Amino acid sequence: MADLRNNFLGIKSPNPFWLASAPPTDRLVNVTRAFKAGWGGVVWKTLGDGDPIVNVSGPRYGAIHGSDRRLIGLNNIELITDRPLEINLQEIKQVKRDWPDRAMVVSLMVPCEEPNWKAILKRVEETECDGVELNFGCPHGMSERGMGAAVGQVPEYIEMVARWCKTHTNMPVIVKLTPNITDIRFPARAAKKGGADAVSLINTISSIMSVDLDQMSPWPVVDGQGTHGGYCGPAVKPIALNMVAEIGRDAETRGLPISAIGGVTTWKDAADFIAMGAGNVQVCTAAMTYGFKIVEEMISGLSKFMDEKGYQTTEDFRGLALPKVTDWQYLNLNYVVKASIDQDLCISCGRCHQVCEDTSHQAITNMVDGKRKFVVKDEECVGCNLCAITCPVQDCITMVPQTKGTDPRTGFEYGRSYANWTTHPNNPGAKAAE
Amino acid sequence: MGSTRAEGIQAGRLTPADYDANFSDIHAPLSRHEAFVESERCYFCHDAPCQTACPTSIDIPLFIREIASGNDLGAAETILSANILGGMCARVCPTETLCEEACVREHAEGKPVKIGLLQRHATDRLMESGKQPFKRVTSTGKKVAVVGGGPAGLSCAHKLAELGHEVTIYEAKEKLGGLNEFGIAAYKATENFAQREVDFILSIGGITVKAGHALGHNLDIAKLRQSYDAVFVGTGLAGVNKLGLSGEDTLSGVVDAVKYIAELRQAKDLSKLPVGRNVVVIGGGMTAVDVAVQSKKLGAESVTIVYRRGQDEMKASAYEQHLAQTSGVTIRTFAQPVSLVGANGKVTGVTFDETEVKGGKLTASGGQYTLPADMVFTAIGQIFVPDGLNGADALALENGRIMVDAERRTSVKHIWAGGDCIAGGQDLTVAAVEDGKQAALSIHHTLMGA
Ligand SMILES: Cc1cc2nc3c(=O)[nH]c(=O)nc-3n(C[C@H](O)[C@H](O)[C@H](O)COP(=O)(O)OP(=O)(O)OC[C@H]3O[C@@H](n4cnc5c(N)ncnc54)[C@H](O)[C@@H]3O)c2cc1C
Ligand SMILES: Cc1cc2nc3c(=O)[nH]c(=O)nc-3n(C[C@H](O)[C@H](O)[C@H](O)COP(=O)(O)O)c2cc1C
Ligand code: SF4
Ligand code: SF4
Ligand code: SF4
Repeated sequence: MADLRNNFLGIKSPNPFWLASAPPTDRLVNVTRAFKAGWGGVVWKTLGDGDPIVNVSGPRYGAIHGSDRRLIGLNNIELITDRPLEINLQEIKQVKRDWPDRAMVVSLMVPCEEPNWKAILKRVEETECDGVELNFGCPHGMSERGMGAAVGQVPEYIEMVARWCKTHTNMPVIVKLTPNITDIRFPARAAKKGGADAVSLINTISSIMSVDLDQMSPWPVVDGQGTHGGYCGPAVKPIALNMVAEIGRDAETRGLPISAIGGVTTWKDAADFIAMGAGNVQVCTAAMTYGFKIVEEMISGLSKFMDEKGYQTTEDFRGLALPKVTDWQYLNLNYVVKASIDQDLCISCGRCHQVCEDTSHQAITNMVDGKRKFVVKDEECVGCNLCAITCPVQDCITMVPQTKGTDPRTGFEYGRSYANWTTHPNNPGAKAAE
Repeated sequence: MGSTRAEGIQAGRLTPADYDANFSDIHAPLSRHEAFVESERCYFCHDAPCQTACPTSIDIPLFIREIASGNDLGAAETILSANILGGMCARVCPTETLCEEACVREHAEGKPVKIGLLQRHATDRLMESGKQPFKRVTSTGKKVAVVGGGPAGLSCAHKLAELGHEVTIYEAKEKLGGLNEFGIAAYKATENFAQREVDFILSIGGITVKAGHALGHNLDIAKLRQSYDAVFVGTGLAGVNKLGLSGEDTLSGVVDAVKYIAELRQAKDLSKLPVGRNVVVIGGGMTAVDVAVQSKKLGAESVTIVYRRGQDEMKASAYEQHLAQTSGVTIRTFAQPVSLVGANGKVTGVTFDETEVKGGKLTASGGQYTLPADMVFTAIGQIFVPDGLNGADALALENGRIMVDAERRTSVKHIWAGGDCIAGGQDLTVAAVEDGKQAALSIHHTLMGA
């Protein structure tokens, strides 16, 4: 039986599924319900200092839907907690006492001054929570006030604040990164330099969901105007996954613990992040779309997967996919696949033909001997995978590795040994093959 | 108040609520959300088989994609540009033997995209909008007479008007619509849809309607040909086949199904329309099914369709047969009527010979039975009546209907024909629409020399 128990920076939780700092973790009632439902831990909704912030009373969320209104992407313009600090702290303390086996991390965002950080850390320590997460991520609202992403976009600030925090508390410090930068490695390196114990990522992505064409205003519309918000949910997972991989394989940050966030919706998403090196995952949108019960699917799915593969704990497969992430220049240029259509599964919709014909390599027939029939022409197919991802029938088109014979497209033998761009004759900067 | 049990032919067998329920829309329209979800099931096929299977070649993948993107009116325009009666066709087409049979998802999983219901969704939105999406080009000064205001005539007239010709429709009846108004089952074309569609078609302008003008009575084709640049004949099938049994014309209770359905369709109050307690329907086509199902819905206690061959050979599709059976109609096969039984001038039953197919031929197999009946519907086929088409401008016929070429040109110069009245057709609304459209295009080319 898989053992899902998680230990992240010494913070123990019964499973690796935490709720990310967001509305699901905003108050005692929510968090209590979440723990009852089985969540392993929470990162409490971000606390600030001074007078509580004020949220808009108009719409704060926008979304992109699929056909059956399945939510694909979510966008929000909510700020950090709008409840008094005192109440939040009391509730955090209460919940931690009621649920000692669950992880309780508190997210923080205060102005970029050392006394502010020092002061709030002392208050938070009194709650006996397990750690803090520094929110350097909010791309909207708070960033206009010099906090959130405004800090996260300047590596020097990250390093500085992380260092203050490490100086003023013994609790584990997690730095939450914003994806609204060009290269995630720089803020991650800064966090490490500042002494942070871990990074968590991603926070939301700056975005405008759509335009209300009647009001000619960004949607959602707040009394005739709109503003950019933070994008999250299934649509952002590929972006987060790449960033997690980038930090995992960077020489300076390799081994830095990562709590992965962004579009985790099922056990599979969580397994992907863990295979890419994450110590655990945090979830927001999926809970906001389906409620807390989804953690049951995540737990059972991850356990089944681990049982099937013979992994006892998540540590057994954590990071296994990471060494396979490489640069394009090291991919094997002699590896050849060709599309192959299973004629028994094919329903003759013709889409593979259409897309290959219009936008790829004219490598699929639409007619054979005067009959509607879709067959791959090996002499044209470049193995791009477009048809296979377009075909509406699962497993109908497969990409078959070629090992014997000659490629009718290039005239080269199949099965030539590994060779990449760095040694390719067309590469002006090629090094001689060793 | 009668009941389903009341003897003989009686009106008011049901409560008003029953009539309303029985004759409401047989397929509820899709809600916006349902249409959205269903539209996403379409794969947007290359050279789409559904489109090939549609007699009017509607660009089905395109209109479905327009629905999926929230552009219902654009979808309707795509539909109507190929088939101006797309609204009625969405209700009456036997999609199970046309587009939906060809849909790749029918082959893949036995669940085709609901093309008919999506088509209805889009066209309903357009009808609600009250817009006529097509505009007439400047007048060509050419005049065309369209004889018969059914689907074929209406389709022809609309296309001609759009192309700038002046059209006059001559219609024998007081109302346009043909069988859309007088023939189609009531639960397929609810809420006066046939007339609303006629109004929509005429709203393009350039079409004059002369009702009460019947070819062969107060209208002469040779004269029409003299006063118009072209003539289109779309008079449908005015006659019906007869059983050829004694008592057919004398016994009360023996009724021509087409005539009865026309009465039903025009009835303002269905509770005033009498129907038998024990109904027997003779025939195996769409008309037989429609009259049987509607008799049942009017409150007949027992309704039996009797067909001389097997169920596979019935012209009514498997779906229509299923509809009859789930509506409580019994289908008996391999029996043909040999005599009508009567008493006091009223029909009381029908005697059938049991049949079998021997060496490809249908023969009596020896057995016989009599079904009691107080009402007997004959639904064994409509026939073309060439009234007014002989004389000076006699049109050549083929198998008893008007002979046309691929462009729907008849044997007589400047006369075109289409719909049920031509030879080789499918006897479907959608086929009539295609005939009218093709004839209009051919007329246009001929008149404009283009
Ligand atoms: C009971 C029944 C149910 C049917 N159900 C379906 C169905 O569910 N789906 C489907 O696709 N098809 C159905 N059909 C077939 C479909 O209705 C016809 O194929 C279609 O209406 C043919 O159109 P049309 O214009 O050729 O003829 P019609 O619809 O018959 O129209 C002919 C028009 O010409 C007029 N006319 C006739 N004679 C003259 C004259 N001498 N002078 C001037 N005008 C004249 C008529 O009054 C009528 O208005 C059904 C038919 C029947 C009888
Ligand atoms: C409505 C909303 C409010 C959020 N508020 C915060 C916040 O206060 N602090 C924070 O660090 N992240 C906040 N986030 C970001 C989430 O914690 C998380 O990083 C992001 O949504 C990506 O994860 P997901 O794809 O599972 O939603 C918020 C997200 C949403 C949708
Ligand atoms: S893999 Fe690419 S090139 Fe080959 S058939 Fe498919 S779409 Fe065409
Ligand atoms: S896309 Fe798939 S199902 Fe469609 S024709 Fe191609 S192989 Fe067949
Ligand atoms: S065949 Fe079916 S799936 Fe393909 S375009 Fe037509 S309706 Fe869509």
